[in-house]
Amino acid sequence: MARIDLDHIRHSYLPNPTSPSDYALKEVNLTFEDGGAYALLGSSGCGKTTLLNIISGLLTPSEGELLFDGKPVTELSTEARNIAQVFQFPVVYDTMSVYDNLAFPLRNRGVPAAEVDQKVGEILRIIDLESKAKRKAQGLTADEKQKISLGRGLVRSDTNAILFDEPLTVIDPHMKWVLRSQLKHLHKQFGFTMVYVTHDQTEALTFADKVVVMYGGEVVQIGTPDELFRKPQHTFVGYFIGSPGMNILPCEVDGNIARVGGHSVPLPCGLDPKKVAQKTEVGIRPEFVKLGGAGEGLPLKVNAVEDIGRYRILRGEMEGVALNAIVGEGMSIPESPTALFDPTQTNLYADSWLVSEGA
Amino acid sequence: MEKTVNNKAWFMVLPVLLLVAFTAVIPLMTVVNYAFQDSFGNNQFFWVGIEWFQELLSSERFHDALVRNLIFSFSILAIEIPLGIGIALCMPKKGWGVPVCLVLMALPLLVPWNVVGTIWQVFGRADIGLLGYFLNSLGINYNYTQDPVAAWATVIVMDVWHWTSLVVLLCYAGLVSIPEAYYQAARIDGASRWAVFRYIQLPKMHSVLLIAVLLRFMDSFMIYTEPFVVTGGGPGNSTTFLSIDLVKMAIGQFDLGPAAAMSLVYFLIILLFSWVFYTVMNNAGTEKKHYAGEE
Repeated sequence: MARIDLDHIRHSYLPNPTSPSDYALKEVNLTFEDGGAYALLGSSGCGKTTLLNIISGLLTPSEGELLFDGKPVTELSTEARNIAQVFQFPVVYDTMSVYDNLAFPLRNRGVPAAEVDQKVGEILRIIDLESKAKRKAQGLTADEKQKISLGRGLVRSDTNAILFDEPLTVIDPHMKWVLRSQLKHLHKQFGFTMVYVTHDQTEALTFADKVVVMYGGEVVQIGTPDELFRKPQHTFVGYFIGSPGMNILPCEVDGNIARVGGHSVPLPCGLDPKKVAQKTEVGIRPEFVKLGGAGEGLPLKVNAVEDIGRYRILRGEMEGVALNAIVGEGMSIPESPTALFDPTQTNLYADSWLVSEGA
Repeated sequence: MEKTVNNKAWFMVLPVLLLVAFTAVIPLMTVVNYAFQDSFGNNQFFWVGIEWFQELLSSERFHDALVRNLIFSFSILAIEIPLGIGIALCMPKKGWGVPVCLVLMALPLLVPWNVVGTIWQVFGRADIGLLGYFLNSLGINYNYTQDPVAAWATVIVMDVWHWTSLVVLLCYAGLVSIPEAYYQAARIDGASRWAVFRYIQLPKMHSVLLIAVLLRFMDSFMIYTEPFVVTGGGPGNSTTFLSIDLVKMAIGQFDLGPAAAMSLVYFLIILLFSWVFYTVMNNAGTEKKHYAGEE
């Protein structure tokens, strides 16, 4: 187990990168604390897997340094880094038994047979495959195979970190919950440093203590699930996390007031007059949009109302910009509704980045 | 689901049935017919029962040709399969080298059998052939027309040159279908190069290897043109394989009855060996049935 530092890591898949757009991973400075459970969240192609492969050594970064517990490991091979990684699709050695599959990483490292037996037994119990230990891995179901992949990642007790690359993609929804809580449980029990790549926000938010949100090859925010929800540092975070995502409305700022299409929205803070922003936007979560009657707030054109059980999602627009609101149970939707923003939960964005208080 | 029975369907398959009948079944039946009769020409036939078969199975000439053919087939399998796997493993997985390698590999396969024979016949000649002249100038007495060892070596090397590419291409197809994640997982698990081959590459090549072994066995067991062009079955009978022997008997001696009996036995031997290979390799790879009862 180790603390992992990424120091000015950049990576390009091109041999001679010139412009910033040539980089799959733009400068990343990041620290994964020892024993932390992290999720790397972002849409496809944002550099999550690249970052993960750099940590495990399957890729050598174009620039920058990787440190485990302060020691540089950038030049070390994957084997020497002592990392476990679980891939998106199950990787099992078909001709080996389930037992041998799990024992494989240990035997390759010359672990004595008795210890192998004890560790493999333990993992078999955790992944609930004891009854199939002697079976060939070939012909098992996809989630059993993925459990073996997970097991091979967990079987070594001395790994510096365990990396998961969207490991539950092929698993049935109900098994996802089971496996995820088992992982969480294992994390608590053994204290491995875990990094979990996913594009599924539910997965990220339930698994991790800290979520690293990536966008276009950059880390846009690192925070607890609550921070990501309440104070998204970047409009992408606001939009990506939450269902539906944050409402982002273009505005003009006048002191502590944002003007959205001729209507005033009070803000918790103003814009630093010294800073020049190309574009300014207000962001508010649909959860914090209240509905009022005519004349009370911003006029809202209702396009659709989705009833999803405990609450309803009002899909609307305001002067051509999408604006969603969550309508709680028992609340009615007025005839010609207007939107009222909770000022404490309204965020101001300058050039897509959050303007924080006092800035 | 209820099965729909419609007898008109038989008319639909009739063309295929007729085609198969005229190309396979009727010629085969003619052979079967000849195998139980004797002919003295003039289209007169006499029923002899299983006499030809008895004669064939106790004939030394047949035994020798069969043994020679088996030695030949197993020799070329023992060389071509490992060599083919080895070359496939060395071939590049991406880049400009891939099409170059593939074209180079496909070249021998595109050469007609009798041309392959002619190439090697000239290539091996001591007076004008590059190989023969070179070997003899090194002091090695190489003459495939007189020395059975040289004749055998020539025929085997020729087959390896001609057909290893097929094994390479099949294995290569198996290798490139292995997802990158397997190699990455193996690196993370600390697997050695040998373990990667043994537990990832070989199992993934299993089904194509089965095809390669079957094809190469059947083809080499039926080999005729190339050795016939190079050695004509000689020196003496040292490279007379079953098919060459069969042609000698049928066309050379015009013994239609014994030749027909021999073709039937020949056919059954190939069928038997292919079945054995298929069963053995299929079971060695999966062992699924063995565990099926546990669940």
